[in-house]
Amino acid sequence: MDLFEYQARDLFAKHGVPVLAGEVIDTPEAAREITERLGGKSVVKAQVKVGGRGKAGGVKLAATPDEAVARATDILGMDIKGHTVHKVMIAETAPEIVEEYYVSFLLDRANRTFLSIASVEGGMEIEEVAATRPEAVAKTPIDAIDGVDEAKAREIVAAAKFPAEVADKVAHVLVTLWDTFVKSDALLVEVNPLAKVASGEVIALDGKVSLDDNAEFRHPEYAELHDKAAADPLEAAAKEKNLNYVKLDGQVGIIGNGAGLVMSTLDVVAYAGEAHGGVKPANFLDIGGGASAQVMADGLEIILGDPDVRSVFVNVFGGITACDEVANGIVQALALLEDRGEQVSKPLVVRLDGNNAELGRKILTDANHPLVQRVDTMDGAADKAAELAAAK
Amino acid sequence: MAIWLNKDSKVIVQGMTGATGVKHTKLMLGDGTNVVGGVNPRKAGQSVDFDGTEVPVFGTVKEAIEKTGADVTVIFVPEKFTKDAVVEAIDAEIPLAVVITEGIAVHDSASFWAHAGKKGNKTRIIGPNCPGIITPGQSNVGIIPGDITKPGRIGLVSKSGTLTYQMMYELRDIGFSTAVGIGGDPIIGTTHIDALAAFEADPDTDLIVMIGEIGGDAEERAAAFIEKNVTKPVVGYVAGFTAPEGKTMGHAGAIVSGSSGTAQAKKEALEAAGVKVGKTPSETARLARAILVG
Repeated sequence: MDLFEYQARDLFAKHGVPVLAGEVIDTPEAAREITERLGGKSVVKAQVKVGGRGKAGGVKLAATPDEAVARATDILGMDIKGHTVHKVMIAETAPEIVEEYYVSFLLDRANRTFLSIASVEGGMEIEEVAATRPEAVAKTPIDAIDGVDEAKAREIVAAAKFPAEVADKVAHVLVTLWDTFVKSDALLVEVNPLAKVASGEVIALDGKVSLDDNAEFRHPEYAELHDKAAADPLEAAAKEKNLNYVKLDGQVGIIGNGAGLVMSTLDVVAYAGEAHGGVKPANFLDIGGGASAQVMADGLEIILGDPDVRSVFVNVFGGITACDEVANGIVQALALLEDRGEQVSKPLVVRLDGNNAELGRKILTDANHPLVQRVDTMDGAADKAAELAAAK
Repeated sequence: MAIWLNKDSKVIVQGMTGATGVKHTKLMLGDGTNVVGGVNPRKAGQSVDFDGTEVPVFGTVKEAIEKTGADVTVIFVPEKFTKDAVVEAIDAEIPLAVVITEGIAVHDSASFWAHAGKKGNKTRIIGPNCPGIITPGQSNVGIIPGDITKPGRIGLVSKSGTLTYQMMYELRDIGFSTAVGIGGDPIIGTTHIDALAAFEADPDTDLIVMIGEIGGDAEERAAAFIEKNVTKPVVGYVAGFTAPEGKTMGHAGAIVSGSSGTAQAKKEALEAAGVKVGKTPSETARLARAILVG
């Protein structure tokens, strides 16, 4: 889960990373009172999870409380690279910036550990700095158990060649930023820019945080950080039912078991679609190992509720789960949906293979549901589902 | 021979007395796996009956090893306790720990991996969030169905469980030396490269099937390894060509970030290393079949 800037700011503040004052609002009028409290001037910053908002006009200075309201009015509702601005942060204006740096901690998958990235050339995308001036970017591996103490922070400061007069302050930022990273179970904490201001202070002016969804069990506070406004309504409905669903932009609804098999199913449908007017998969949905009638019904309900879907491909490989249970699940799910008064009118192509496949196929044949077709190979079934989606 | 697991492997189950542990211990025993004990400090001294096979429960991994000579542990404990269970296995210096549990926080995986390093990497860790490892006809550790295929000469390494099953099924008549599911989490113990090296050295393996998916650069690194170190034929498959940028596709590690971790880049890297890459699982199976049986 990626956080908004204001959420990152709040987390940084909680863990002692120096930040400027700021509050988030979703109505322009609220900018006035906050700006008054900040001494009469402020910066109005669009809260969107995408880079380049400054260039897009999403960050504006306000010299008076009235101006803050005007700028907030301009920015709220603005579209920045496809992201609608629903919230703005009214932030304290930064004192005169002397230098801009970059620091982050992130997961290093290849080395199965964590990594610090630091540079005295901040303020722009770090990838850009790394591409043009790699010698200006210091990467330091961090041991997951030893972490970042004062000594490790000094090592990073030295590696990135921070000027001597800010060394203590940057080291302090690194120690507190590491604390933020570990205590919030983050996959990424990034400060860019980390600014040295005229007074000599070092302040985190903007930041990015990405949290590990798998760690939610020990972070009840994550629940409040979810961006409900941005979630696709179908994805939100699927989440309510604990389904692993991702909305895509095609026409063939997909249900399968196992993340790898479902990803593969999307690809196979996309290839098959090339011969059928370019139809594509409409979603990713992994119903997991169990594939009970209830889960199957919940999954079908979400997919059939997607107005873009014109056909559905149920692709199951019975591992521990037997295909006869899955077949019964499909038949019962259709009955369950019809009982709920759902109009099931989209054709289903079902491919069952693996454990008890013959039994499962027989159940589908015997049920003889007018909308259900059996195709026994994955590639063949994908082709049929694509053909049906193209024909409708 | 096979790799890492054979008929002589003595297996203990951490979390054997939980619902998932009971279900899969029974299945593993049914496949002929030599399950010699379970671990649960609250039930130490008891035993569990699996259709007539009494399996003793020990208080610690260390005690289980001392009493049974176990050299493999399989971990089914809930995600909140998995880190501690893996650390216990590492401290007991068991040679192989297979971590089935899914949904483990990355900081926990990073932590037990760092711990393994500090202890000299005496324990091979497979997983987490993986289906396990099977040497058909000899031993089965984890949740891979034991009856899909028979012993044979294909080695299989995969990030995905169901794609492992699909591939074993498509090539069931040829059979497998060992199939290992390494899991789709961002941090995993055993990698594609580890399995490729082991299969290359295994006299019972003639061909290697490698299944990857979007996210990270493990497949690209495996490709570089194959080019330099693998003489046996390798057939590959990569899932997730249609995955959008920035969305996690089921597995925590299956995510395209910016332009990195794409299926296309992985496929190209593998093909550049001489790996034949199938467009679909079935085509991949056909490529493997063509090499082995013509």
